[in-house]
Amino acid sequence: MILEVSRLGKRYDEARGVGHDALRGVDLFIGAHEFVSLVGTSGCGKSTLLRIVSGLEKPSDGFIRLDQRPVSGPTSDVAMVFQDPRLMPWLNVRDNVRLALLKLPRNEQNSRIDAALTKVGLTAFAVALPRQLSGGMAQRVALARALVRKPSVLLLDEPFSALDALLRMKLQDHLGELWRNEKFTVLFVTHDVEEAVILSDRVVVMRGAPGRVEREVVIDLPRPRVRTSAGVQAFSEEIIRALHLS
Amino acid sequence: MTTQATEIGTLEALAEAAAAPKSARASRRSARWRGLALPLALAAAWFALSESGTLPSQIFPAPQAVLRDLWRLTANGQLAGHIAITTWRVALGFVAGTLAATALGAATGYSRRVREFLDPTIQALKAVPSLAWVPLFILWFGIFETSKIALIAIGVFFPVYLNLMTGLQGVDRRLVEVGLVNNFGAVDLVRHILAPATLPSYFTGLRAGLALGWMFVIAAELMGASQGLGFLMIDGEMTGRPAIIIGALILFAVAGKISDALLVAVGRRLLSWQDDFAALQDRERT
Repeated sequence: MILEVSRLGKRYDEARGVGHDALRGVDLFIGAHEFVSLVGTSGCGKSTLLRIVSGLEKPSDGFIRLDQRPVSGPTSDVAMVFQDPRLMPWLNVRDNVRLALLKLPRNEQNSRIDAALTKVGLTAFAVALPRQLSGGMAQRVALARALVRKPSVLLLDEPFSALDALLRMKLQDHLGELWRNEKFTVLFVTHDVEEAVILSDRVVVMRGAPGRVEREVVIDLPRPRVRTSAGVQAFSEEIIRALHLS
Repeated sequence: MTTQATEIGTLEALAEAAAAPKSARASRRSARWRGLALPLALAAAWFALSESGTLPSQIFPAPQAVLRDLWRLTANGQLAGHIAITTWRVALGFVAGTLAATALGAATGYSRRVREFLDPTIQALKAVPSLAWVPLFILWFGIFETSKIALIAIGVFFPVYLNLMTGLQGVDRRLVEVGLVNNFGAVDLVRHILAPATLPSYFTGLRAGLALGWMFVIAAELMGASQGLGFLMIDGEMTGRPAIIIGALILFAVAGKISDALLVAVGRRLLSWQDDFAALQDRERT
């Protein structure tokens, strides 16, 4: 699915003191099955951009289009993984994943849940409650809840930022693998530049307040990519330089 | 996968947690005995002070005198009737107050528009001392059951209403957003996210409401009744029998405690998912 962001602006009004622009004139084009990362300084509006694409917030200017059709609210084509797992503490793992499938018949729900839990390696924890899961497992349940809908577009808002380095690498590999197999389009917000370089076809650098697109870097390295390779390091440095341009 | 090792560790922890309930139940039983220690100690002190003559028996009768009077009322069958009618009034008032509070609290908690219209009025009514309704209720409903139950229902209403409304308002925005990105309609949002998330707060309201129900049944029975624990107290006052008054007081305490324990037992079952301080202490105990 093709995701188009056009002249997008977001202004927060004077409800609490002075209004401010979070985003102004943001243009973005993401091709079908492309993996694009958004990196940027904190406060540059990258999470806001993601929330608008997900339909959780309305833009003040411009528009979002999916395969030419305008988006005005959450749709079943778009799934989102938040920075925190956001599992319902009163539901076990299965039923948390089921929340994404309420409109389907029960037996189809069950077979899809089984498949999704297998994909993220959590079948053994199907009936565990969220409080019994580690942070990494909880985030994998959140990933399963997003993937179980078979979305055409997957949005991820710094999904691994709260995890330790080892687990983060593991989940990055996992996400890359899922993306290669399932052919969805990814918009991935992160502040970890190396993570962006390893996973993405293209890295979009955002800067400033109000946030705007500063640069786009096409990562034309072959996959799988090795963190310590010269190519990954060179791209990372280029992006970090773009982030710090004054 | 190197996380396999940690996952197996967690699996073992899960198995342990599943095996735990038996010992947890045993330790809850011993906790209940612990709760009896203070009342028993007070009763012993009461007995000792009465025996030594420190408490004048015509004003503060000895525990055995209270027990004797209660036994006499039990034997002639009157006490069961008093307890039954009082419990029945509390139950009816509790159900009526809870139903009204649940309907209104759910509406004001869910819809901002409804809240803006209704909540200021309800908050203003809350400020009216509940006993101030008594004369009006007697005029409207007479001095019999309806006015008593209406008064109890009013007492139950406000804590249930307030806890439900603020509970709904306080549901974590981040959980609600999970519903929104999954295209939940209003019904799914209430059923799968808002209602379960509000349950802890709702139960707090129910417990507070039930306690107020027991409080208001006295007021209702003091204002005129021919039967009930409140009537028993008035009767004890009129006939100069403090033992009856003290006996009725104790029965109120016991009845209130039992009904609260029933509510807590239901709540524990429905809210076992909570990962709170109490759950932490439960885990430490075993």
